[in-house]
Amino acid sequence: MSQPLTLKARLHRAERRRKLGAFALVAPLLLFLLVTFLVPIADMMRRAVHDPELSQVWPRVCGAIDTWTDRAHLPGESVFAALAADIQESHKARTLATAARRLNYDAAGARSLVFGTARALPSRASSWTETLIAIDERWANPEVWAAVARASGPLTSFFLLQAVDLERSPTGGLRAAPPDESIYVDVLTRTFVVAFSVTGLCLLLGFPVAYLLANLPDRLAYPLMILVLLPFWTSLLVRTAAWVVLLQDKGLVNEFLMTLGLIDDPLRLIFNRVGVVIAMTHVLLPFLILPLYSVMKGIKPVYMRAARSLGAPPTVAFVRIYLPQTLPGIGAGTLLTFILALGYYITPALVGGASDQMLSYFIAFYTSDTVNWGMAAALGTVLLAATLILYSVYSRLVGHGQVKPA
Amino acid sequence: MGEDILVAFRGVQKTYDGDTLVVKDLNLDIRRGEFLTLLGPSGSGKTTSLMMLAGFEVPTQGEILLDGVSLHNMPPHQRDIGMVFQNYALFPHMSILENVMFPLRVRKVPRAQARARALDALAMVRLEGLDARRPAQLSGGQQQRVALARALVFQPQLVLMDEPLGALDKQLREHMQMEIKHLHARLGVTVAYVTHDQTEALTMSDRIAVFNDGIIQQLDSPRGLYENPRNSFVAHFIGENNVLHGHVESQDGERALVRLEDGQCLRARCPRATLRGSRTSVSIRPERLHLEEIGSDVNALPGMVEEVIYHGDHVRLRARVAGNEDFTIKLRYRVSRPIPEPGDAITVSVAVEDCLALDPIG
Ligand SMILES: Nc1ncnc2c1ncn2[C@@H]1O[C@H](COP(=O)(O)OP(=O)(O)OP(=O)(O)O)[C@@H](O)[C@H]1O
Ligand SMILES: [Mg+2]
Repeated sequence: MSQPLTLKARLHRAERRRKLGAFALVAPLLLFLLVTFLVPIADMMRRAVHDPELSQVWPRVCGAIDTWTDRAHLPGESVFAALAADIQESHKARTLATAARRLNYDAAGARSLVFGTARALPSRASSWTETLIAIDERWANPEVWAAVARASGPLTSFFLLQAVDLERSPTGGLRAAPPDESIYVDVLTRTFVVAFSVTGLCLLLGFPVAYLLANLPDRLAYPLMILVLLPFWTSLLVRTAAWVVLLQDKGLVNEFLMTLGLIDDPLRLIFNRVGVVIAMTHVLLPFLILPLYSVMKGIKPVYMRAARSLGAPPTVAFVRIYLPQTLPGIGAGTLLTFILALGYYITPALVGGASDQMLSYFIAFYTSDTVNWGMAAALGTVLLAATLILYSVYSRLVGHGQVKPA
Repeated sequence: MGEDILVAFRGVQKTYDGDTLVVKDLNLDIRRGEFLTLLGPSGSGKTTSLMMLAGFEVPTQGEILLDGVSLHNMPPHQRDIGMVFQNYALFPHMSILENVMFPLRVRKVPRAQARARALDALAMVRLEGLDARRPAQLSGGQQQRVALARALVFQPQLVLMDEPLGALDKQLREHMQMEIKHLHARLGVTVAYVTHDQTEALTMSDRIAVFNDGIIQQLDSPRGLYENPRNSFVAHFIGENNVLHGHVESQDGERALVRLEDGQCLRARCPRATLRGSRTSVSIRPERLHLEEIGSDVNALPGMVEEVIYHGDHVRLRARVAGNEDFTIKLRYRVSRPIPEPGDAITVSVAVEDCLALDPIG
């Protein structure tokens, strides 16, 4: 015999069914996001700190180096012996190159050290410490051993530190990387400066356009809207190439200015910062205009009338009544533009000079040119972290409810 | 009584498209301190007239004077005219208090003083304690009060209201009508009010301008409009009326003899001079009809009851009278008096005073 259910239980059951239904509707998207978005990001962050390469080919020394605690002096004989055994083994197994490459990330010249040692190594020795140092005196340098220790895995802070121009001293403390290796803080700063200029320029150019679009009669607004959307329908490469054609030394813009006699020598407009900012602003402008437009479209003209009737001159009415109501649109548009600009790759890669490359360029470089996954992942993680920090500061500044399209 | 004119429309015309005149030759004086209502059907140009006064539309022709000064080329913010919009137009990003302080702040009133005056204005519309809220957190009636407070707080000499109660339900609407009326009486401010609700116009106004087709059909006190409509449009727009069509047989001063379409003759009041034989429509208000004898100088019309509708305080008869099948008779209900049944033959009496022969309809 079934007990009659209490009211609460029945409500609960009805609610549960409704919730399950709602969940079933979003489940496919959730799964999709999980597989294509969250898992890759998690994997990227794992790769930034995961460092198994050396421990796979040199297991003995990676295990033994833990006993090395007095970092000011050389490790003990057992560690030297483990290294010799590992070198001999990996030399035979032809995996020496992996170890050499990994050590070379950290200690310049480690590649020649490892290969030279492997060639000269005897099969037997009474003291491996003396033998190895005799082969190459760099083995007497604690810094080299510190690099081995840092690479011994399975976790490392090496890549992340390098991504912000820091490194470990042999004693384990943090210190600034040598100047010739310190480029990433610069790159990161440059990335933010470019993204910031592009966003600012987009806002400056996009605000009046959005305002016009929102306030024109539909008959005129639709054709204009198509012009705004047009860039979306053209390939990014085509548009970027078009900028090259326009802005190069013998391009249309320079020719025109020279014909007018405004300038005598062509302006450097491309393959520098100016070109990057111009081309990126063009590409990203619609991302600012569209959210702003949708917000402006929702602001009824009666508010401006009310303000005028209450005694506000047009400019005051605009600043105190209209502008604040566009804030959600400005917030959404600038955030979208800024975050897109931060990760932009193709345009700066094509129209930027060597000193205008943004973080994304280096991520691509490490991913495809040197196959240094650790470094690529670390730079990606730094970019992600910087973006998230910026977003949280921004949403606090603009107000939580404001960072959204209307 | 010496008339103190605050606003004068002089030969004002307005067209939006260059084809049709939305406002045709508007001549209207608004007296200082009065409550004047623009009443008329949708599209008759009420809002347009108000907007020209507020400065949001420019007259195509003619001029508007405020306190003897032409408003031509004077931007809205310099006119010192308070305005209440139909959907209140409270600034959504400001608190209630900031909304009411706004007109004072743009007039450079110091913050503390503006705050005190805004709080006073909110108290005046009986809205204490809500000043920190956003407009979206208020009910329609409360938003209405805020809009009123905001339009009054800077003590404009003239306040315009465009269907301010249009979005409220009937009960709240009637309540607010009284409240606005009392505020007007207390502050002595001049109000130009737009509505298409005739009851609202009748109960609130000192004078009503009835608009139709961009023309003021009649400008009069509520009583004047109701008792002495100048034409059939006004007669039918204000209150209920039965219409009987006919021809003028003869006219003697304000009295005319009208031959109705079914051949009967009816004596009626006829305020305008007419030609003998010209068509006319006689308007008779349902509540001025009687089923019993009411003395001399009356018309008696035979009829037949079609339907009886009980309304509690009164009874409505729908009857066939002089060819009109929709002739309505409104009777005060008394338990002692028998009510006719459908199919009963009746004789309807109406004082000649209450029959108005006006311009023909249709
Ligand atoms: N901005 C405008 N552009 C073109 N035509 C307009 C405009 N505003 C009003 N009209 C036209 O002018 C006429 C009068 O409009 P108005 O708004 O003055 O009427 P109203 O009496 O206020 O009507 P309602 O009671 O519906 O508010 C209408 O036919 C309307 O279509
Ligand atoms: Mg209107």
